[in-house]
Amino acid sequence: MASDLARKTEEPQAPRIFRPTTKSPLGPVKIASAVSSVAPLLALLAILGILVHQALPAVKYNGIGFFVHNVWHPGNFYLQPVTTNGVLHPAQADYGAWAIIVGTVLSSLIALVIALPASLGAALVVSKLLGPRVRNTLGIFLELLAGIPSVVFGLWGTLTIGPLLSRDIYPIVAKHMPDVIILRWFRGSTGAGEGLLTSGIILAAMIIPIIASTSRDLFAQVPKLTEEGAEALGMTRMEVTTKVTLPWVSAGIIGATVLGLARALGETMAVAMVSGSVLGTLPTNIYSTFNTIAATIVTTLDSALIDGTGLAVRTLAEAALVLMLVTLLANVGARLLVRKVSTTALPVGRGV
Amino acid sequence: MARNHEALTRIGARTRRRKAASGAAISLGVIALALVIVPSVWIVAQVASKALPHMSWSVITTPGVGLGGGLENEIVGTLLITFGVAVVAGFIGVMSGIYLSQFARGRTASVLRGASEVLAGIPSIVVGYVGYVSMVVAFHWGFSLGAGLITLSVMVVPYIAKTTEVSLRQVPTSYVEGAEALGLNPGQILRTISLRSALPGIVTGLIVALAISVGETAPLLYTAGYSQNLPHLGLTHSPLGYLTYAVWTFYNEPSARAIQLSFDAAFLLIVLVLALITASRIVVTRASRHQESA
Repeated sequence: MASDLARKTEEPQAPRIFRPTTKSPLGPVKIASAVSSVAPLLALLAILGILVHQALPAVKYNGIGFFVHNVWHPGNFYLQPVTTNGVLHPAQADYGAWAIIVGTVLSSLIALVIALPASLGAALVVSKLLGPRVRNTLGIFLELLAGIPSVVFGLWGTLTIGPLLSRDIYPIVAKHMPDVIILRWFRGSTGAGEGLLTSGIILAAMIIPIIASTSRDLFAQVPKLTEEGAEALGMTRMEVTTKVTLPWVSAGIIGATVLGLARALGETMAVAMVSGSVLGTLPTNIYSTFNTIAATIVTTLDSALIDGTGLAVRTLAEAALVLMLVTLLANVGARLLVRKVSTTALPVGRGV
Repeated sequence: MARNHEALTRIGARTRRRKAASGAAISLGVIALALVIVPSVWIVAQVASKALPHMSWSVITTPGVGLGGGLENEIVGTLLITFGVAVVAGFIGVMSGIYLSQFARGRTASVLRGASEVLAGIPSIVVGYVGYVSMVVAFHWGFSLGAGLITLSVMVVPYIAKTTEVSLRQVPTSYVEGAEALGLNPGQILRTISLRSALPGIVTGLIVALAISVGETAPLLYTAGYSQNLPHLGLTHSPLGYLTYAVWTFYNEPSARAIQLSFDAAFLLIVLVLALITASRIVVTRASRHQESA
């Protein structure tokens, strides 16, 4: 339809009879809009180029060890800077991002484990059990949730829900959790409310709008006749959902989930406020304080500026590059998948 | 006969089990719905209850002084940055949407569209970092309004472009054909037919993009910097404050007044975002009412 529209506006056969002027009145608009539409592509390439350029010395100095070991030591700024591998750096500088990579992945996975069932359940109830008016009301809450600034999520997490959970909920869970694989992670010291689980909960609330609004739109696309047919065969509501509705839109939901994951991986401010911001230590249980790549960049960039050789800032560029490549892959993958199998496009930006 | 009866009761038990499972699933769904609704209401109520009791005009009308004072500089800063984003990202985004819906086709279109969508997915701190090393450091702009609003614009242009493109594509072909039949040239059709009927959608997208930029922090911390002075209109070399910064720094200070200011700023942010969301809803409902009557 779009190409139809474009062709029709571009080849105005009939009007030319009435208007002998051959000058196309669309010229300037077309040029300005073409230039504007290239801007995002240029911005994307510029961001990638600048990051690679910034990160290169850090990549050379930190080597492969950056991904596998776990220290965050900017070096001794009082000693004479040293040159290694052709990179000038403060003496004894040593960077390993293993802990923040683990922290990023774990907190996002926790968020996904909470957000995916909550979003699917809410979207199913609203689109299959309740009427269209209620569907609209859920939309308002999702918009609100998507619109609340991430610092406000952080404020709520660090001053309200974190302390509440660590005082009333976490100790009970930790006490009664059996000492078996995975569940063992819920045992032990519960901390002061800043940590993996609290961050995961906050992140879940932040990515619910993306997953829930997309699933709601997807569920609306499932043909009524097919669902009614299944019900006529004697299936219960749940069976219709799990055997007809969900399989019909599964690819779209996977796409929305990956998009939500990408958003959780890159979320910065809220996590920086509820993670406890420790550097160089791996979490020991699900309540442990930790750090993510994005939160590390935002909390340490100003102190990194002290490093006269620039290695600290460039190391953050390397971390940012890793984060960007991961989210880029997730975004492209999710969009390709959804475009291939469904007419619903994934949301751009924050969802809704 | 007996066997038949046995089979029937077995089926009966199975049906009961299936119905029970279905009922359980529905209650889980309702819990899920609550999980979606509760946080949004809780956050708004919590921030309002912490901010409102001590809210006064002085918070809005005096600039910050150390850990006290008010939020005037941050409010003006947020409004200034948002206005700048509306102009810069609004122009580029709408233009880009026009190109994608009217002129671009085939491979070019999908590459441009894909790049724009992927750009929106880049973590905000990464965009902020690049804004810092390029504009603030390499271009010698320093922390400034210009660096801040360009960084934010990069983040919201894809959103505006997408909503513009979608709204323009939803303009019925019959409108355009009718206009062609009446002898309008393409420029007139775009201006008076396509853009006019797509306007509500475009405006909604723009408003939501502004709501996003009002709430962003990470891209601004190292581009706009921070200042307690009232911002002025210079695009470079003058850092400025904004509301999200106040939330981010003041909550952690060992001062009751600072924490209060943090909640005040959070409250003002929520009010701004809610106002923008409401505005976008009003635009949508008015537009749909107009369509129904037409």
